[in-house]
Amino acid sequence: MDEVAKPIVKIQNLRKVFRVGFWGRRVMAVDGVSLEVQRGEVFGFLGPNGAGKTTTIKMLMGLIYPTEGTASLFGRPIGDPSGKAKVGFLPESPYFYDYLTSREFLRFYGHFFGLLGTALDKRIDELLSLVGMTHACDLQLRKFSKGMLQRVGIAQALINDPELVILDEPMSGLDPIGRKEVRDLILRLKESGKTVMFSSHILHDAELLCDRVAMIMKGKLVACGHVSELIAGDTTHEVEMVIDRLLPEALERIKPLAGKVVLQGERVMVVLSSQQAVDQALEVIRSAKAKLVALTPHKASLEDLFIREAKGIQSAVGARVS
Amino acid sequence: MKIFSIALNTFRENLRDKLLYNLLIFALLMIGSSLILMQLTLGEFHRLILDIGLGSINFFGVLIAIFVGIGLVSKEIEKKTIYTIVSKPVARYQFLLGKYLGLSLTLVINTAIMAAGLLAVLYFQDVPVHAVLFKALGMIVLEFMVITAVALLFSTFSSATLSAIFTLAIYVIGHLTTDLKAFGQKMEGAGRSVLEGMYYILPNLDRFNLKGNVTHQLDVPAGDLLMIAAYGLAYTAFLLMLASVIFQRRDFR
Repeated sequence: MDEVAKPIVKIQNLRKVFRVGFWGRRVMAVDGVSLEVQRGEVFGFLGPNGAGKTTTIKMLMGLIYPTEGTASLFGRPIGDPSGKAKVGFLPESPYFYDYLTSREFLRFYGHFFGLLGTALDKRIDELLSLVGMTHACDLQLRKFSKGMLQRVGIAQALINDPELVILDEPMSGLDPIGRKEVRDLILRLKESGKTVMFSSHILHDAELLCDRVAMIMKGKLVACGHVSELIAGDTTHEVEMVIDRLLPEALERIKPLAGKVVLQGERVMVVLSSQQAVDQALEVIRSAKAKLVALTPHKASLEDLFIREAKGIQSAVGARVS
Repeated sequence: MKIFSIALNTFRENLRDKLLYNLLIFALLMIGSSLILMQLTLGEFHRLILDIGLGSINFFGVLIAIFVGIGLVSKEIEKKTIYTIVSKPVARYQFLLGKYLGLSLTLVINTAIMAAGLLAVLYFQDVPVHAVLFKALGMIVLEFMVITAVALLFSTFSSATLSAIFTLAIYVIGHLTTDLKAFGQKMEGAGRSVLEGMYYILPNLDRFNLKGNVTHQLDVPAGDLLMIAAYGLAYTAFLLMLASVIFQRRDFR
């Protein structure tokens, strides 16, 4: 069997309709999402709040039943215990049994995987030190801060040494240090050969961490692929130039090329949006004997893509309404 | 194993719940108060102590069964703690059964403590203790198990407050089902069928009440006891199965 080539997570045309309110009004939360997560990659599931990220993840974890479509974990249909046994899951802003200490809490979860006695205690010690919570192992969870809960939550997700870790908004509500720690943890998981799928609306984190991302908006998948490919498809390449000692007549020649010109005393900052404009501007600078201080290409980011897709969806909705 | 650890965790959760201790203290106070009430009556001391004692055990046990029982599942869903359990290789019925057994364990231990209080009062008042008292206590525990299953069933599909109201209603009606039947027999047509239907569907909780036998020192034959126990267990099993079916289909939003 060729285990490597098979996707670990396979979602096919997943759809979920919720009935809300007294009259059971139908609301489409997830609308025909299909995607695959391959072994060993870090997969980002991105989208604004309320886009359907959590609903999709809940369907994967068997907490919600799909209205249509199928999904599988390790080739097993969702809800199958043998699939779940290889998965670790951290829900969004997790709440746990607050009357338990973190040690008792992790022991409770360990029992579900048949972990017992000293083997379990050893695993718990490892996990508590991995997430940096050894100092609070005998404190009841209700005395924990949000960041501490998140860490214990991650420890809980890793108790069975899962092959696939699914984290729902692991960085939300954390301070910058906490976020960095979660990022480091995800990278460490990747290094140890695990597959990580996480949802987020913080694109910067996704760009730093993910091999591939999927973007979901209003329940629909709008983009899916390698981060670099998705960004490369974006045409907005801008170059920022900072020039010293530029004579006024030279400036006049550059102005038509630039999208934006900012004067700061002796210094001029221009923004150019095509390679041709950059070449021509460099020519002018050289011939006018001005000094080029900095040349910064503005890389397109996931954020640009995100905003463009969001605008596209909005205008499509607007067109339908009007 | 999984059911057992959920049961144990539920038991631990119950032990750290202040409500439990409040109810337990009240129950013991009630049992103790029969000593004071005794001063107000002529004769019949024994009956009074037994009546108040068993009544308090039953009343406070039912309160625990209902008010802890309704929170068993609905609280887990509200607080989203269930997300991490159901996403582990734990079947939903295992979760439900574990929760149920955990509270049952709490109730058995509570009843034992309350019974010990009653026995202490009986001992100090030199009241003879007959075997039928323990049989009655056993039946009280069985009633708790049925009530807990009712509370659990409601809490799988409705909110905690509604479940409490429903369960309380079932408890009250459950003690009046014989009256329902008697009423029905005086009626004609549809009214009769409805009331008789209710008589057969609702739990006949009065069957578990052996207080009269205890106060009048009438022993209950083993065969009867067995029938009552079988009825209670079968009814509980039916409720738990129904709860599992409903719970299995539920979305956790």
